[in-house]
Amino acid sequence: MELHVAAEELNPLVPHLSEIIVGTIAFVLLLWLLSRSVFPQFERVYAERTDRIEGGLKRAEEAQEQAIALKRQYEEQLAGLRAEAARIRDDARAEGNRIRAELREQAEQEAGRIRQRGEEQLAAQREQTVRSLRSEIGGLSVQLAERIVGTSLADDARRRETVDRFLADLDGIADERDDGHVAARGTSATGAPSGGAS
Amino acid sequence: MTTLATAPAPGFDAPGVDAFDLPPIFGPVTKPVVLLVLSAVIIYVLFRLAVRRPQLVPSKGQFMGEAFHGMVRNTIARDMIGPEFLRFVPFLTALFAFVLVNNLFGIIPLIQFPTFAHPGVPYALAVIVWLVYNTVGIRHHGFFGYLRVSTWPPDVPWWVRIILTPIEFLSNILLRPVTLSLRLFGNMFAGHLLLVLFVLGGDYMLFVADSITLKLLSPFAFGMAIVFTFFEAFVQVVQAYIFVMLTASYIGSAIADDH
Repeated sequence: MELHVAAEELNPLVPHLSEIIVGTIAFVLLLWLLSRSVFPQFERVYAERTDRIEGGLKRAEEAQEQAIALKRQYEEQLAGLRAEAARIRDDARAEGNRIRAELREQAEQEAGRIRQRGEEQLAAQREQTVRSLRSEIGGLSVQLAERIVGTSLADDARRRETVDRFLADLDGIADERDDGHVAARGTSATGAPSGGAS
Repeated sequence: MTTLATAPAPGFDAPGVDAFDLPPIFGPVTKPVVLLVLSAVIIYVLFRLAVRRPQLVPSKGQFMGEAFHGMVRNTIARDMIGPEFLRFVPFLTALFAFVLVNNLFGIIPLIQFPTFAHPGVPYALAVIVWLVYNTVGIRHHGFFGYLRVSTWPPDVPWWVRIILTPIEFLSNILLRPVTLSLRLFGNMFAGHLLLVLFVLGGDYMLFVADSITLKLLSPFAFGMAIVFTFFEAFVQVVQAYIFVMLTASYIGSAIADDH
């Protein structure tokens, strides 16, 4: 089954037909069998392995991303809380300051009011005292005058007139002491008709 | 070494082309025919064992099968062909295994004949490769598109084209299968011849020649045979690799979109 011509000269380049046929069939059959049953298995294992590895890597990456996100979230929360705390502290301080200022103002107002009331009371008491003193002095003066003069004043009208005049004189003296040197002296009876007759 | 044979004993008849003229075992079946079938059986059985129980963490056998397949897939097919490489991986892997095992028969004890030292199967394989890359090229570009891609490199002045286009046609369409098959055949042929020469030469020096000097020197011949056996192992692997590498390169250039 050899193509080359007999044996006289062997040409190594001349193929053997049987080898061509058997070799081609063997190779094609081999290729068919391997493609059918072997190589797909390899490819499947490769794909599965790649998938497994890449999947694992991806999962790890995702977990890491999650962890980072969580950490950032915590940090943000923490920063927010710190800011919140600082704000609350500042607020409390401001509030304290405000309350203190308010209290001081209130106290000052209260003190002012108390002082004013005291002054008013004082003035009222003084007036009362002056008034009672005035009537008492009037009585005393009349008694004194009766006792000194020795005579009872006859009628009521004359007595009242006397007392009034006297009191007017007293008022004049008192006014003079109150006003200082503003009021002119010498207007004994008619000037400054202050104080009603009692 | 033949010149040293000056003894009265019959001169050393250096092995030549007739060393490759193997007698038929029975009928038309010769040793290479048996080897071809044997290689296919060996390859199929080994691969079947490798994928017997495919697992994510491979067993030893699966690992070796994957390493072989993965090497053709990732370092030859993917690099030479590009994005569409996956559909050519089975062809290239089977081709590599087939050529490699038949080459290695050249140094496997008791077999010791590289099948492709006979040119028939290299021719057949080259024709298959030629059909494959021209078919995928024509399918990808259309007939004239494929001719243009193969013989009409862009950006070339017209007066260069006069020479370049016939050369491209000749080398890309006509001569590729010839060089592909002859390269494989020539290497196997020469390698086998070299080994036969050293072994038969040493044999002659030790057992046939009368000169005691030659008998003493015969270990060097055998030693050279061993050295060249290692060298041949290297050449056989490299030739199988080159054969598949060039096949992938032809396919890649046939379906490439730019020249």
